[in-house]
Amino acid sequence: MATCKYDWPDADHRELIGKRIDRIDGPEKSSGRAKYTYDQNPKGRLIGKLCTCPYAHAKVSSIDISAAKSLPGVKAVIAVKNPGDEIQWAGEEVAAVAAINEEIAEDAVRRIKVEYEQLPHLVREEDLQKAEAAGRTKEGGEQTTGDPSKAFQDPDAVVSEGYYGMPVITHCCLESHGNMVQWPDQKSIRIWSSTQNVSGGPGQLGQALRLKNLQVDDNNIETVCQYIGGGFGSKFSPDSWGIEAAQLSKMAGGAPVRLMLDRDTELEMAGARPSAYAKVRVAAKKDGTLTAWDSDSWGTGGVGPAGHPPLPYVIEPPNRHWKHTAVLANIGGSRAWRAPNHPQACLITMAALDDLADKLQMDPVELLKKNVDLAPEILRKTYSEELDKAAELADWKKNWHPRGDKTSGHMKRGMGVSLHTWGGRGHTSNCNIVIRPDGSVTVQLGSQDLGTGTRTVIAITVAETLGLPVDAVKVEIGTSKFPMDGASGGSTTVGGVSNSTRRGAIDARDELFAAVAPSLGVQPTDLEAWQGAIRAKSDPSKSLSWKQACAKLGVKTIEAKGKNPGPCHLGDSGVGGVQIADVSVDTETGQVKVNRIVAAQDCGLVIDVKTAESQVYGALIMGVCYSLFEQKVMDETLGVMLNPNMEFYKLATIGDFGEFVVHMMTGPGYDERGVIGLGEPPVISPGAAISNAVANAIGVRVPTLPLTPDKVLAALEKGAMA
Amino acid sequence: MEAFEYASPRSVQDAVKLLGSTWGGTEVMAGGTDLISAMKDHVVTPKRVVSLKKVKALDRIQAASGSGLRLGALVTIRQLLDSPVARQHFPGLVQAADGIRGEQMRHMGTVGGELLQRPRDWYFRNGYGLLAQREGKSLIPDGQNSYSAILGNSGPAYFVNPSSLAPMLIALDAKVTLHGPNGQREVELSKFYTTPSSEDEREYVIKPDEVLTEITVPGTSAKTAAYEIREKEGLDWPLVGAYVALNMSGNTVKSARVVLGHVAPVPWPSTEAGQELEGKTLSEEVADAAGKAAVSNAKPLSQNGYKVQLARVAVKRALMRAAKGEA
Repeated sequence: MATCKYDWPDADHRELIGKRIDRIDGPEKSSGRAKYTYDQNPKGRLIGKLCTCPYAHAKVSSIDISAAKSLPGVKAVIAVKNPGDEIQWAGEEVAAVAAINEEIAEDAVRRIKVEYEQLPHLVREEDLQKAEAAGRTKEGGEQTTGDPSKAFQDPDAVVSEGYYGMPVITHCCLESHGNMVQWPDQKSIRIWSSTQNVSGGPGQLGQALRLKNLQVDDNNIETVCQYIGGGFGSKFSPDSWGIEAAQLSKMAGGAPVRLMLDRDTELEMAGARPSAYAKVRVAAKKDGTLTAWDSDSWGTGGVGPAGHPPLPYVIEPPNRHWKHTAVLANIGGSRAWRAPNHPQACLITMAALDDLADKLQMDPVELLKKNVDLAPEILRKTYSEELDKAAELADWKKNWHPRGDKTSGHMKRGMGVSLHTWGGRGHTSNCNIVIRPDGSVTVQLGSQDLGTGTRTVIAITVAETLGLPVDAVKVEIGTSKFPMDGASGGSTTVGGVSNSTRRGAIDARDELFAAVAPSLGVQPTDLEAWQGAIRAKSDPSKSLSWKQACAKLGVKTIEAKGKNPGPCHLGDSGVGGVQIADVSVDTETGQVKVNRIVAAQDCGLVIDVKTAESQVYGALIMGVCYSLFEQKVMDETLGVMLNPNMEFYKLATIGDFGEFVVHMMTGPGYDERGVIGLGEPPVISPGAAISNAVANAIGVRVPTLPLTPDKVLAALEKGAMA
Repeated sequence: MEAFEYASPRSVQDAVKLLGSTWGGTEVMAGGTDLISAMKDHVVTPKRVVSLKKVKALDRIQAASGSGLRLGALVTIRQLLDSPVARQHFPGLVQAADGIRGEQMRHMGTVGGELLQRPRDWYFRNGYGLLAQREGKSLIPDGQNSYSAILGNSGPAYFVNPSSLAPMLIALDAKVTLHGPNGQREVELSKFYTTPSSEDEREYVIKPDEVLTEITVPGTSAKTAAYEIREKEGLDWPLVGAYVALNMSGNTVKSARVVLGHVAPVPWPSTEAGQELEGKTLSEEVADAAGKAAVSNAKPLSQNGYKVQLARVAVKRALMRAAKGEA
């Protein structure tokens, strides 16, 4: 029973929340009517292009943009770098142009003459000794808890040692990064951004432009993003090329300049997930009780810091030590990639535990269950329930076998398990809800839909609160003119917007109750909004239809604000998930085929089961991509990325996915926690679950992702010699 | 992309007249699936593109004598896949075409273009040249060579021939018709590809001012099959492919043509595998021995040893597929 004014309705008072409801902007997207930044094509728009550096590490000696400027059709050219400036990765921009069409813009770029002094570079980091010898490493932290050396020396300890890792991958947004910027007048800017951060856009752009001596007040900047073609953590700001587009537009008399990154530049500099490699030792008692962990990890996120994987992940033995080394490599800088550092930590930990389970001759699901008390207290019950549920849905007891499929033939089947966690507390959110006398309802937020189903979740929350169908609520998001909302990062959007709109809708509804109560002859507190009517709880025959009720407003319009954070417990932080992968491996060719992935996932109260499941499907697809295919292939001699395209930067397509079984944990124990984010958690485990499944199938560990035929065959060969 | 002149002649003769006598200045365009992307990447920078689109009668599949096949250069991959004659008599050719995933590629891409497409080698495609040389030394032996050649790779070329149709057509003794300034000539496809020794050369014997117009496949009763191994199910280049044609007498192999694809700068006929099979009753063991023979001379680079194993398995599986007569 709800005890606080803004609480979520109880299960038996929910018409919409927790049901399977279609994404309200689905038809717009799937029909192509949805207009992305890439689609913005107003009259007179110019195309912006970047001139990029071909070297991984260099100093600009000279830069000459005159030949580009004089090309007919070119409207503006700027040198981004000046002589003496240092370039830290191949693909970084040194100049930018705006021209009347793409062809001329490209020709202009090729006329820009830049001379460089090449400097020594390092672009490959898996060999830590080489990086150390080159002086390209930095301490990345170290911590000891308990007494790990003693615990490893315990004569009764079973110790497993292993090497695990995953390379740098990119975000590979299908809509590349970019903006279209115009100055409608000398002091105002309108910017269409492919962004995860609509409300934050004006402040970021304004500050950056003022540093370049272009005067513009933040309140004269409008950031617009109705649809975004993927961000995954890499699109929080207009970026350097957004600032450059604004400069170009200003030079071109304010004309709109659309500057979207080319695919190669997108893959070279618009985002990378840091790599992580680790040598691990892990110990347990003979009954499987974990006693100690030791890891020596390294990885790169470019020339800057990129944090470290949180090791050991989730399951923390009492005695543990970790040490991390950052390799400073000349590659495009890291950006948050869906659950930053978690997939890396998850693979390293869950693979090490899986190898230990094999050494203990234990079922890995049993090993995790046995040690679930080493997880944060708030998630222990969740993990226990999810391990049982996932095992049931995957037919674990029937399909799992000790390591190495002993059936004849070259196709080997295996099962692997992993678990993960994430925070996901709803972000700061403000909404404006308007109910007009004709009964129409509008809700506005400066939010964005990164794929989270933002519009749908808002519509459901407001409609549920007002007792209306979903399509009775008009949702407006995607411009910074609307009330400030948080960036879509860290799985915070659905928690944020559902909490603010719940509070706003309750206040709007109560205002309507106050206006209607006298005509029904009841107290406002006796009213409820239910199935398109406003009626008395004490006497449901005292009822007005929604439209009749709103007509009582006369000429008055209700306008209510909703905020998050705010009163009452509508959301929380901290979710758990368990995934089980079922794979087949062709031991003659090393090809890995994902048969099925089962995902049991909690995210507190689920607003829309359908869009929630879609979030998990999307995460699993991304998980298959990075488990089997993705890697940024760098040539050490040249210092360049060899696969900055969709041909050799391989992504899974529908034939590679296998079957996905998603189970959202709901009901008592979950719902009362309120809404928690979901975007990130389900992308964390696939690497570990698939790697463990492959080890289970073929009997040996393939140490690093992606699990390509060369690596699988190498592991088999090594295993056969052992 | 550099600015270029676009010519769309209506006859082969006119097309030939529009072509230059050295490589680079002019390019012939069929479906354009490879050429246009290579031009966008400045891998090729022709001053003139000669499109064959308006040249009549190059898009036909015709029966040739003795259940043979004549394929116009502009026949699309989709047309080939749908051709009842090809499906009936040349299942291996259809299997090879089926490896070209992606409907857009199948509808736009042509068989002539498939034979003449440029290597996918990432050094080449990133602008470091067909031979990927720097200061006279190839970048590939010490570089990222996991997809590079394992045969015919003593240098200076390390790329692999990208065609899937060529090795199958070579196994079928196909010929191509080339039109040049001095009329037409026929070349056996097995002699069509060559390993370039400098950046001025290309990967085939066709001359810069010749147009490939037709592929002739002689009639055969051979059992044919293709088997390719790739990382992805969808659009992805094979890591290796094996393409076989078996002349059988009952269960006994009278003669066999085994050609490997995607393993060398040219399609790689394996006489060793053919000899291994001759006179034998085809079984898993015999097929495996043929696979072993096919890669006996392989010399893998630092990262592509796995392709030796894959090629061996592909030969085995292609042979078993042919024996089973899979369509």
